[in-house]
Amino acid sequence: MVKMPDINTIGKPNWCPGCGDFGILLALKGAVVELNIEPENIVIVSGIGCSGKVPHWIRTYGLHGIHGRVLPVAAATKLANHELTVFGVGGDGDGYGIGMCHFIHAMRRNIDMTYIVHNNMIYGLTTGQTSPTSEKGMRTKSTPSGVIEVPVNPIALAISSGATFVARSFAGDVKHLQKTIVAAVKHRGFSLVDVFQPCVSFNNINTYDWYKQRVYDLETVGHNPQDKMAAFVRSQEWGEKIPIGVFYKVVSPTYEDELPQIKEMPLVKQGIDKVDISKLMEDFV
Amino acid sequence: MEKNRLTWKVGGKAGEGIMATGIIFSQSCSRGGLHVFDINEYPSLIKGGHNTIQVRVEDREIFSQVKNVNVLIALNKETILLHRDELAKGGGIIYDISEAIEKKEFREDIRLYPVPFNNIIKEIGAQAIMKNNLALGASIALIDYDFEILAGVIKDTFKRKGEKVISDNISAAKAGYDYIKKNFPDDFDYRLEKIGTPGKMLLTGNDAISMGAIKAGCKFYSAYPMTPASSLLHFMAAQERRFNIVVKHTEDEISAINMAIGAGFTGVRAMCGTSGGGFCLMSEGYGLAGMIEVPIVVVVAMRPGPSTGMPTWSEQGDFKFVLGASQGDFPRPVLVPGDNEECFYMTAEAFNIAEKYQTPVIILTDKYLAESHKTTEKFDAGRITIERGVYATPEALAASPGNTFFKRYKLTGNGISPRTIPGMKKGIYTATSDEHDEEGTITEEIEERIEMMQKRMKKLETLAKELNQPELAGPRDADVTIIAAGSTKGPIKEAMIELEKERVRTNYLQILYLNPFPAEKVASVIDSAKKTVVVENNFTGQLADIIREKTGRNVTRRILKYDGRPFYPEEIRDSIKEVAAHG
Repeated sequence: MVKMPDINTIGKPNWCPGCGDFGILLALKGAVVELNIEPENIVIVSGIGCSGKVPHWIRTYGLHGIHGRVLPVAAATKLANHELTVFGVGGDGDGYGIGMCHFIHAMRRNIDMTYIVHNNMIYGLTTGQTSPTSEKGMRTKSTPSGVIEVPVNPIALAISSGATFVARSFAGDVKHLQKTIVAAVKHRGFSLVDVFQPCVSFNNINTYDWYKQRVYDLETVGHNPQDKMAAFVRSQEWGEKIPIGVFYKVVSPTYEDELPQIKEMPLVKQGIDKVDISKLMEDFV
Repeated sequence: MEKNRLTWKVGGKAGEGIMATGIIFSQSCSRGGLHVFDINEYPSLIKGGHNTIQVRVEDREIFSQVKNVNVLIALNKETILLHRDELAKGGGIIYDISEAIEKKEFREDIRLYPVPFNNIIKEIGAQAIMKNNLALGASIALIDYDFEILAGVIKDTFKRKGEKVISDNISAAKAGYDYIKKNFPDDFDYRLEKIGTPGKMLLTGNDAISMGAIKAGCKFYSAYPMTPASSLLHFMAAQERRFNIVVKHTEDEISAINMAIGAGFTGVRAMCGTSGGGFCLMSEGYGLAGMIEVPIVVVVAMRPGPSTGMPTWSEQGDFKFVLGASQGDFPRPVLVPGDNEECFYMTAEAFNIAEKYQTPVIILTDKYLAESHKTTEKFDAGRITIERGVYATPEALAASPGNTFFKRYKLTGNGISPRTIPGMKKGIYTATSDEHDEEGTITEEIEERIEMMQKRMKKLETLAKELNQPELAGPRDADVTIIAAGSTKGPIKEAMIELEKERVRTNYLQILYLNPFPAEKVASVIDSAKKTVVVENNFTGQLADIIREKTGRNVTRRILKYDGRPFYPEEIRDSIKEVAAHG
C-alpha cells in the first residue's frame, strides 16, 4: 500500500502562505494514496508558474519543463510508456494562454492522462498581470484600465475539443478535489480538472470567500455527465452560481488504443539491439 | 559517340509528374548498374510553376550534378527557353510537336526531336497525365537504353495503383520509345548501356537519415511538415508499423521537440526534424533538453532564409544559428554529414552521443543533401553499435535512501551522471528547467550553480576526446587546401577530379562536427597549407567565421554562394583555379 510518507518530500513548498496550490497538492497526494499507485510509476509534468513547482513537493517522477509545453511532454511520456500514470499540471497562463494550442490538440488526441489546471485567473509568479481567464474589466498590472477581452471558458472549450472527461473543482474544497482527481485518473482518456485556485497575493477579487459563496456541486442537482448538451449548458453558468464537479464524461478509444505498435508492450520495453533493416534497404534498390 | 556519361533533364509545370519521371529514370539507370546523382528544382507551389529534375549518369561513382545537359525533355515551351543554353554539344531536346519551334532559334549542333505527345496519347487510349512517361520512353530510345528495365521500374512505382495504371503507363512509355526508334533511328551521340544488375540503392539524404534512425532503434519521431525535412516524416510514418515506431505529426514544432523530450525522458530513443524556421520554434525546447540532460536527436535540414526565404531551395545559412540557438551555455553537439553514407552512420552516432552524453544532438543538413538522390551501396548495418550510456545500477538504487530524490545529476569527473527513467524504483527525481542541485531540486546558490554549469559543459570536453579528427583527403603538398562542411562534399570531390586534370593539386578537409569543433586539426591544416579556401552556401562565410573564432586563423578565400542553388563543381573548379593562380 502506498502511504503518504512514500510520496512526501523533505523540502517544503515555498508558495505564499494561504495559496490555493497547497490545497491542490494535498488533494493530488491524497488521490495518489487513495489510488494506490506506486510513486515510481507516476510522472507529473509541469510548466512554468507557481503550479510548475508541484513535482518538487511530491516524490514521484517529475518533469518541470518550460512555459506552456506541459501537454506535449506529458503526451509523449505516456506514448513512450503507457504503463505509467501521467499527470500534467499547469496554470491558466501556462495552459490556456501560451500553451492553448497544445491544450486543444491534446484533448482531441484523447491520450490517457490527467491534466490539472491551477486556475487562479491571474499571473501570480510574474506578480499580477491579466490571465486568459481573468474576468472582463479586471484591473491588473498589465491592464490598468481593465481587461478588454472576455475570458476563456476552459470547460466549454474542453467539451467541444474532444476531451472525454471534463471536470472543475475548487482548491478550497480538498475533499471534492481529491474525489475529482481520483475519478479523472480512473477515466481512460484525456481528463481535464480545472481547479479554482485563489491567489492570495495578486487576485483580491476571486478569493476563497468569493468561490465559497458561488460554487455548487453538479452531483447535487442531478446533472447527467453523459449528456453533452446538458454539459454545455452547465459550462455557461457563471455569476451568482458556478458549478463544480464532472461536467462531461464519455467512453471513447484512447490514442494508445489505436496504435498496434504498442499493443504487445510499451515502446520503452521494446529491444533496439537487433533491428533488421535488410528488407528496408532492398525496397530502395 | 559518348557512352555511359550523360546528363538527362526533364522540365515542365508543377503537377505534371516531373519529379516522378525523374526518379523513374534515375532508378532505371541505377538498376542497370550505372551510377546516378539527381537534383530537383521546384517552386513552393503544387500546380503550375516550373519544375525540373536533372539526372547525371555515369559508369563510375559520381558525387554531384554537373552543368551540361545532354538530353532535355521539355513538357512545355518554357522548359525549352529556360534550359536550351545548358545543352552540351550535340545535345537533344524531346518536346511536343505542337510547340512552335524553329530550328534557327537553336545552336546548330543541337538536335531537335519533336514527338506528337497528344496524338500518341489519344491513339493508345492513355491519359494526358501519362505524357511524362511517353516522353521518358522516347528519351530511353534516344539514348538506346534498355526498355525492359524502365518497364520494371514503372511497374514497381505504380504497384499500389493497380494493373490498369501500370499497363497504361508502360504502354505510353513504349509508344514514345517506338516513335523515336522509328522516326529518329540511331540519331544521337550520347548512349547508355546496362553494365550490371540491380544491387545499389537510390537514396536521398533524408532516406539515409531515416534508415539510420530506424537501425539505431529510434522509437519515437515527432515533426511538423516543413520542406526540406518533410520527407523524414513521410519515411518514418510509412515505416512506423513495420518497425514499431510511434510517429507523431504534431500541431507545431514546439510540440514536436517537447514530445521528443517527453519520450527521451521516459527512456526511448526519440528524434524530431524540421528546417530553420521550425527550429526557431524548437529553440526553447532545445535548451530544455540541454538543461535537464534528456537525450534527443534533432534533424535540421537547412533552406535559404531569412524568414520563409526560398522554401524549396538550398542553403547553409544556419551554421551559426544552430550553434547558438537557445539561451545560455549547454553542450550542443552538431553533426554535419556530407553524403548518404554519413547521413546513415552519423544518425546512428547521433543517438549514441545523445544517450551517452545525455544531451540534445543536432544533425545538420540542407535541401540539396536531403532531397537529391544518389546511387548508394547498401549500408553495413553491422557497423552500427547501440550505446545507451550510463544508467544507475540496481546496487546504487538499492543504496539510495528512499526518502529523498535520487541524485540524478550527481557530480562526476566526466560530467555524465547515471540516469534513471520512470518505472525505476528508488530512482525518482524531478527534472527541472530551473538550475538545480544533484537531486534536481531548484537552487540559486553560487556554488551549486557553478558546479552544475561545469558538470554540463564538461560533457562536451569528454565528447571532444572521443570524436575522430577529420582527415585531410588528397596530397599533402597541394596548391590549395579546401575546408568545408556538409553537402558541399559532392561538388568539391568532383571539382577536385577536374582540377587534378588541369594540374591544380588540391586537398580537402571535411568538417564533420561543428561542435565540438576540431580546432587543433583545422589550425594545423591551415598552418601547413599553401593556400586555403572555405567553400560554403551562405552570404557571410559562417564556417570561415567559426574557423577564425576557434583557431584564430584566416583562410585565403571564402568561396560563397547564396542564390538558393547548390554549388556546381565547375564553379568550385573555376574559383580554385583563380585562387591557385592569384591567391
